[in-house]
Amino acid sequence: MKMNSNQMKNARAGTLESGDVLVRIEPADSLEIKLHSPVINQFGEAILRSVRDVLDLFGVTSGTITLEDQGALDCTIRARLTTAIRRSLEGEEGVSP
Amino acid sequence: MRRSYLFLPGNQPTMLQNGAVLPADVLIFDLEDSVVASEKDAARELVASALRSIDYGGRRLTVRINDLEKPYVKKDLKAVVAAGAHSIMVPKVTGAHTIHHIAVMLDLIEEEYGFKKGRTRIIALIETALGIEKAFEAATSSSRVEALALGGEDLCADLGCPRTKEGMELLYSRSRLLIAARAAGVDAIDTPFTDARDENGCYADTVYARSLGFDGKLSISPHHLRSIHRAFTPTEDAVAFALEVIESMKRAKCDGRGAVSLRGKMIDLPVLRQAERTLELARASGMIVTETGEKPS
Repeated sequence: MKMNSNQMKNARAGTLESGDVLVRIEPADSLEIKLHSPVINQFGEAILRSVRDVLDLFGVTSGTITLEDQGALDCTIRARLTTAIRRSLEGEEGVSP
Repeated sequence: MRRSYLFLPGNQPTMLQNGAVLPADVLIFDLEDSVVASEKDAARELVASALRSIDYGGRRLTVRINDLEKPYVKKDLKAVVAAGAHSIMVPKVTGAHTIHHIAVMLDLIEEEYGFKKGRTRIIALIETALGIEKAFEAATSSSRVEALALGGEDLCADLGCPRTKEGMELLYSRSRLLIAARAAGVDAIDTPFTDARDENGCYADTVYARSLGFDGKLSISPHHLRSIHRAFTPTEDAVAFALEVIESMKRAKCDGRGAVSLRGKMIDLPVLRQAERTLELARASGMIVTETGEKPS
């Protein structure tokens, strides 16, 4: 599954509960990743690596990706970002308000 | 030995993480009742990601998918089978046709991913009057079926009776499901105790289920695990007797006899089977570590 900016629409996935991460995707002409995390000094680079991995997997090269991390595990970050991308691309079931 | 089956809400990352350190024998990642319709996709992705990434030790990993009436089943199965789920809990089973539908989809998914055919097993959740009537048919409809489980809350709603702590309203259904499971050669799993704060109530309910012959119990709360395991722990006397039975039967076999007398009781094959089950439970409970009754150091 590859996506381009004109296919994208606003989407989000996850929550602000402890152990989770809220991911927002907004269409944009260039790629910008905004990460807010209480562990950004310790794990910021690792989180960003995971984010870029998932974006590469889906061929995402543009858009504003905002992550509000609440201490999520790597598998949670990957899962929430994947869901947000799919929602952004496909308008699948369960598009969050 | 699978005594405790703990449900984990599929869209709660912290619960999925905690599953790795909770002492349940089986973890059930739930995509059905605990997940609202608007979050089904998110829960499916989260559960698959957890299955791929988190080390759950030797626990059996099961996923309760959505029921066949809903449009999510194919996606649920594909995501969690590919991620390595050991078994699938199928809700609202009402006979062989429900199991056939799932088994055919599992055949295709296992082939697509190059998995051994039949690798993914099925737990049939029986939660309607029709499901009870067709329990044996469901249990024998596919070699993938490893257990029948009772869903007491939905069943009571279907029967039109109140669900009580004592559970007398479920006696017939429990007995019927147990006989169907035994006749089919699969495990029987009892309905969860639904008051999360009442550990003693859960213990009494599990003792009762064990007295009927159930192999394990569903649990909706980690607080119930200790009670369930305690109820499935044999007494020291029962373990000592079981060891004597096994030793006596070994001697009887050497002497060419099928039965012996022990403590004034006749010991034969049915008693031997009961003794072996007692020792299985003793091992699962950590009371002994070997067949000869050696205790843990």
